[in-house]
Amino acid sequence: MPPRKVVTGLLLAAGSLAGSVLVRRRAARRQERVDLYGDDGSMHSFAAGTPEADRLLPIAHELLR
Amino acid sequence: MLGAMDAAQAIADLEEISPQVRDVVVIGADGAPAGSNLSDEAAAGRLADGARRLVETAEAFRPGVAQLEVATLAGSVFVVRDGERMIAATTTPEPTVGLVFYDLKTCLRSIEPPKKAARRRAPAKKAEEKAEDAAS
Repeated sequence: MPPRKVVTGLLLAAGSLAGSVLVRRRAARRQERVDLYGDDGSMHSFAAGTPEADRLLPIAHELLR
Repeated sequence: MLGAMDAAQAIADLEEISPQVRDVVVIGADGAPAGSNLSDEAAAGRLADGARRLVETAEAFRPGVAQLEVATLAGSVFVVRDGERMIAATTTPEPTVGLVFYDLKTCLRSIEPPKKAARRRAPAKKAEEKAEDAAS
């Protein structure tokens, strides 16, 4: 196989990979979640569907209406 | 550092520097709204009440919450505590979290807390000194 085609194929593969990572990151960011920051510097994140998030998300929905 | 100012001025400054912020309410130590950018007092009360409920609910499973963000597809709700006082704000979707927290903390800390009753220790001290002088 000519080297030029190999390089083109590699570039296409790398571009596809980078694109899928960006799409997945953006999708993850758009997920509903709750982040709690403790006074000791700790941070806990709860995604929608966890018991903790399911208690706080309805209150936030009410406030954002 | 900013000097102490009233809540209305601090909220106006916050709105100017943070366009992601929509509604803001400052909640005093007594739990009542101490300032807001909402013209409707009932709406400010609802936001303050919701913020208190968020903190109370979060405290139930993670004690010692200093600040929180609840992110939804419609926007986020932020609550920051500073001692007995709190500030709560709603924002546009996908806000710059670190900046919003920083701006809310700065706003809350720049607001002058209500003055406590004046203490009357000085005259008592003088009286003690006079008594000591008289004794010596």
